[in-house]
Amino acid sequence: MTDLGKTPTRRELLTAIGMIGGTAALYQAMTTMAHAAETQFAGPPNLSGARKGATVIVLGAGLAGMLAAYELTKAGYRVRILEYQNRAGGRNWSLYGGDTYTELGGATQKVQFAPGNYLNPGPWRIPHHHRTLLHYCKAFGVKLEPFIQFNHNAYVHSDAFGGKPQRFKSLAADFEGNVAELLNKSIDQKALDATLTAEDRDKLKEALRDWGMLDKDMRYTKNLRSSEHRGFDRPPGGGVNGSPIPSEPFAFKDVLDSRIWTQMAFFMNYEFQTTMFQPVGGMGMIGKAFGAQVQPLVTFNAKVSKILQDKKGVTVSYTDTSTGQAQTARADYCVCTIPLGILNQIESNLSDPLKAAVAAVPYSNSVKIGLEMNRRFWEEDQAIYGGHSFTNQEISLISYPNFDYLKDGPAVLLGAFASGMGAYRLGGMTPEERIETALAQGSVFHPAQYRKEYRNGASVAWSRVPWTMGCCARWNEDTRKQHYQTLVGIDDRVVLAGEHASYVGCWMEGALLSSIDAITRLHKRALEA
Amino acid sequence: MTKTHLRIAAALVAMLLIAHPGRADEPGPGGQKVPKPVTGEQVYRTVCQSCHMADGKGAEGAGRMPALAANPRLAAAAYPIVMIAKGRGAMPGFVGTLSPAQAANVVTYIRTHFGNAYAAPVTEAEVKALYGAPPPAER
Repeated sequence: MTDLGKTPTRRELLTAIGMIGGTAALYQAMTTMAHAAETQFAGPPNLSGARKGATVIVLGAGLAGMLAAYELTKAGYRVRILEYQNRAGGRNWSLYGGDTYTELGGATQKVQFAPGNYLNPGPWRIPHHHRTLLHYCKAFGVKLEPFIQFNHNAYVHSDAFGGKPQRFKSLAADFEGNVAELLNKSIDQKALDATLTAEDRDKLKEALRDWGMLDKDMRYTKNLRSSEHRGFDRPPGGGVNGSPIPSEPFAFKDVLDSRIWTQMAFFMNYEFQTTMFQPVGGMGMIGKAFGAQVQPLVTFNAKVSKILQDKKGVTVSYTDTSTGQAQTARADYCVCTIPLGILNQIESNLSDPLKAAVAAVPYSNSVKIGLEMNRRFWEEDQAIYGGHSFTNQEISLISYPNFDYLKDGPAVLLGAFASGMGAYRLGGMTPEERIETALAQGSVFHPAQYRKEYRNGASVAWSRVPWTMGCCARWNEDTRKQHYQTLVGIDDRVVLAGEHASYVGCWMEGALLSSIDAITRLHKRALEA
Repeated sequence: MTKTHLRIAAALVAMLLIAHPGRADEPGPGGQKVPKPVTGEQVYRTVCQSCHMADGKGAEGAGRMPALAANPRLAAAAYPIVMIAKGRGAMPGFVGTLSPAQAANVVTYIRTHFGNAYAAPVTEAEVKALYGAPPPAER
């Protein structure tokens, strides 16, 4: 480090590029320097020099809205946030013991979890490449811990094996072992002679033997080698019975019937690769930390009814739902993060193309159910520490808590994460019926313990969440083409932000990236005005 | 190729198809085995009431879940058919998810329940005429 100050470091160089060329140039440079290829995040927005007295009204105190308020305030704007709920965080949310939640239709649940336990109804895991979110977690003091995404020892339940769940590792091992053996046969039968050179065929055979746990005859059979992947009948131990006993691979037909490749492919997906994180104490810690930064700016219980812009500013009409009083707020500009399904119902003079874009995007549904159990039987009895067991039933999976391992006392597992048609059916049930369904379906994994150890539960069906009335915006190829650029464009004095205004839909990262992009353009527009 | 080879090839192709980029935070490959509702009431209970509520009265939060109960718009069967087919606002279209027969049954059901009395049953053919193609892949 003797030449410090002479040659610019990479960081100094990048900072300089960022200041000169803005975030796009910085991103380009970072990519060229083999940095940041996994994210479009190039650091917090570098906004400054807002006109004296310039004002912005932000609609919605979710992550997108709060980030906009935080950064615009830093840039010199006077900012105010209107929020429908009586809490900050939006879909970033955890339910704890003592919380009360009333869904659309009026069903009220009083959450009874023991202290320290929680349900994350919305976001619950953070990919390692969601750099914007990680940046602000660090900046706002949110402590993270690993989210166990991939657990070889969890179960997969399907119609195969007479409905008996099997360990992921055994099914995956048998799938890969059989594929390796068959591909090797194809090589031996000269099926690949036209495709591969002799040298590459030899390498591939070596790879198949190593990867597929094949024996010296290139067969996938019952032996210690295949058991190193799929698990043993008797695992290695100490003393007189220390020698391991191998396990018998499943019939390949059953392995195929289990469709284990769908789970294997799920774990391959970019958004679901390890490392993943969760905040210590519940996902809602992120919303709370953002909320602490912008607390004085937020007006809670504000139900927006009208958004009208004119040549000089934006007027937002809202009702204070705690008093029923009609109010208005006015500012030079507006960042609107209201979910599209709700914005679509709010009177406005936004441009017709923007209105059409807002109306064109449907929302998904999903249902999450938390079940508190007397003890961690999945750990104590079945050696499952975090991760997911998958099922083809509507609950889709059960997911085990990723903290407080080996602890005595009650713990909450995620008893359902339903989507699509399963989520509609569960969402249409009463909270009591949802719990009963979750117990019935989840019992396939832990038949002896599930109902016996159950204490209490809570559920959130996103179609009935009063402040979103849906889970996430769902774009398709046509709507992206027809409406996306309009939706993210600045409509005179109003700009939309949120996960719906991103290609990282249904993730907090999408909300934040969208917000940074929206306020950067809005700031530019304000300076040019 | 043998039959087994074909199955493997199919499995590998399926793997490639499934691992598409930019996926939302979803549960993964599970949950596909859902009881198939047949009658209009079954379709309503397992799909529609998740938003429109068990009594068909909808609900009000930051926005409105429209009521189907005593709704004069149901007088023309085409209205609910097109709504189910194409969706509106946050409501997704159900072409490709609900069959024309299921849609016909549930349209008949909501037009004869919840204080609506539009007696004529809606046929599968009427639905097919308005249903259209399923939406393209999500992105």
